[in-house]
Amino acid sequence: MGERLLEVEDLKTYFHTFGGVVKAVDGISFHLDKGEILGIVGESGSGKSVSCFSLLKLVEEPGVVQARKISFQGRDLTKATEKEMTKVRGKDIAMVFQDPMTSLNPLYTVGKQIEEMLILHESGMNKEQRKERCIELLKAVGIPNPEQRLKDYPHQFSGGMRQRVVIAIALAANPKLIIADEPTTALDVTIQAQILKLMKQLVRERNASLILITHDLAVVSEMVDRIVVMYCGKIVEQGPVEEIIHNPGHPYTEGLLASIPRLRKEQNRLDFIPGMVPNMYDLPKGCLFAPRCKYCQEVCKNTMPAMEEIGKDHKAACYFTQNLRQSKDCRKEG
Amino acid sequence: MDSLIRVENLIQEFPVKQGILDSYKIKGNKLVREKKAVHAVNGVTFEVYPGEAFSLVGESGCGKSTTAKTIIRLLNPVSGHIYYRDQDISQLKAGQMLPYRKKMQMIFQDPYASLDPQKTIKNIIMEPMLFHKTAKTKEEAEEKCMELLQKVGLRPEQASRYPHQFSGGQRQRIGIARALAVEPEFIIADEPVSALDVSIQAQILNLMMDLKDEYGFSYLFIAHDLSVVRHISDRLGVMYLGCIVELGSKKDVFENVAHPYTKLLFSAVPTVGEEPIVPPVKLEGEIPNPINLPSGCVFHDRCPDCREICKTIRPQLKEIAPGHKVACHLFE
Repeated sequence: MGERLLEVEDLKTYFHTFGGVVKAVDGISFHLDKGEILGIVGESGSGKSVSCFSLLKLVEEPGVVQARKISFQGRDLTKATEKEMTKVRGKDIAMVFQDPMTSLNPLYTVGKQIEEMLILHESGMNKEQRKERCIELLKAVGIPNPEQRLKDYPHQFSGGMRQRVVIAIALAANPKLIIADEPTTALDVTIQAQILKLMKQLVRERNASLILITHDLAVVSEMVDRIVVMYCGKIVEQGPVEEIIHNPGHPYTEGLLASIPRLRKEQNRLDFIPGMVPNMYDLPKGCLFAPRCKYCQEVCKNTMPAMEEIGKDHKAACYFTQNLRQSKDCRKEG
Repeated sequence: MDSLIRVENLIQEFPVKQGILDSYKIKGNKLVREKKAVHAVNGVTFEVYPGEAFSLVGESGCGKSTTAKTIIRLLNPVSGHIYYRDQDISQLKAGQMLPYRKKMQMIFQDPYASLDPQKTIKNIIMEPMLFHKTAKTKEEAEEKCMELLQKVGLRPEQASRYPHQFSGGQRQRIGIARALAVEPEFIIADEPVSALDVSIQAQILNLMMDLKDEYGFSYLFIAHDLSVVRHISDRLGVMYLGCIVELGSKKDVFENVAHPYTKLLFSAVPTVGEEPIVPPVKLEGEIPNPINLPSGCVFHDRCPDCREICKTIRPQLKEIAPGHKVACHLFE
């Protein structure tokens, strides 16, 4: 893949609450190339959404964002002022949120809401051009008779159609990067498949990049080029999708994959990860996954493992990746 | 084998509020008053046998939860019959329903909304026991409650805590313990794991399977996630717009997908590095409005194999192999 579009180094988002400091995102680094689709996977509370809000500086009090580097198209976003950020949001980096019911304004027609993006970011357009562009966008996202539907209000659309409108708004200013935060979680499977296909196609057509945040490994494995797996505010593994699905290097990823019921396989019991996600106020001292990990040894309980290269472009933060892979090979042979 | 629950031609509708002028329509030179209704369940027939897990699958709005709520008589059916071991319970009064309430329990989708926040979990679990007299004294109820908590994987010393002190997965365990408190024969689980994280989902599913093996009750499992359904059920019914379009054992339906809607549903499920179960089907359109049901087959306007007959006559469930029923004109 070609050029770097986004490079994030040591991003930290801490929430200073009365109960203590919550390290929602704790020193994560990742990158994204032009035209690439990246999936960020994790359970609820793993910091996947917060890390993307932090990129856009959308984190509010009492959250504090720090980063060594957030470079977008060679520009350092850490130093950007609020005024400069408003130009980045929507124009360069657009977001698609989870719930299409709440991310659209119920008091304005969808035409108005798409046009707003154009007024803000494409100041050279006159009224006619804007209307034309709105129709074009609705057509691109697959909404039938767009001229009529421009005058409709969000409640007149179904959930899937509403999400299409949200995607149209995100695409309006031709952004370089789209961040989609659980875009299909609120939708049905058949609608989900339609929306995912549409997003992939639109992103590829426009040579834009996409960050897809989701808890669903199955969705990710069908959509993305690379995966970042997060657990408790840290990245535990990242690499190409094929590698992660077939040859995971971190016990958490392995556990997640094993706990998905398979459509094709007859299983009596599901494998599962014992225990639950630790309290964010009171994280374990060493590896955050140690209390739930079956490969856990003394060293894991005391010191946090660092990210290490375990394959081509594939990194994991675990001391015992070797053991994990060996036991997997044993199981295969046995 | 005798069925535990038998549902026959169940119909459930919800009237739509409308102004008096809207309700009059001209039909063939006559002014007629027409009442609008959401047709949630349109003639559903199926059985659940003792000790089995039966699943209803479908997208949101297909009437699977309404069917469940009608069976347990949280809603009164518009027409049709519900038999509990040969006794028709579809028209019983509240008082007459009481003995059946004890035998049928429900596990709800949202573990945050289904537990009373003002009660300790001990009281939540003891209340049904004392009400239905499965425990004679408070002491006996308490003893049973502790036993149940251990069964569902919670520690007895947590009994005096309140629901907000538990995580989603733990709350769902409490919901399961409450359902088990009256020793039911039939449990309706309405999307019990869809609000939970993947790693927790697997724990709860395993727990539910283990308990079924131990106590021998039956499940009616409502779900939209096909991979979960494949895992948990013995037989399943696929619903679309309030009708069952395909019904059969897990093996029949998963290995011999027949109805075009089932194919569409199966092809839409994302998988992790697996071959899809059916070849990709072109996905188009959305579920029509249940106020104005399509004429003929409810699926005809989205169906890739739609023929003339499908537009006028609604197909009935027909057996295409022993135990495997499909409602589609293609199989006649």
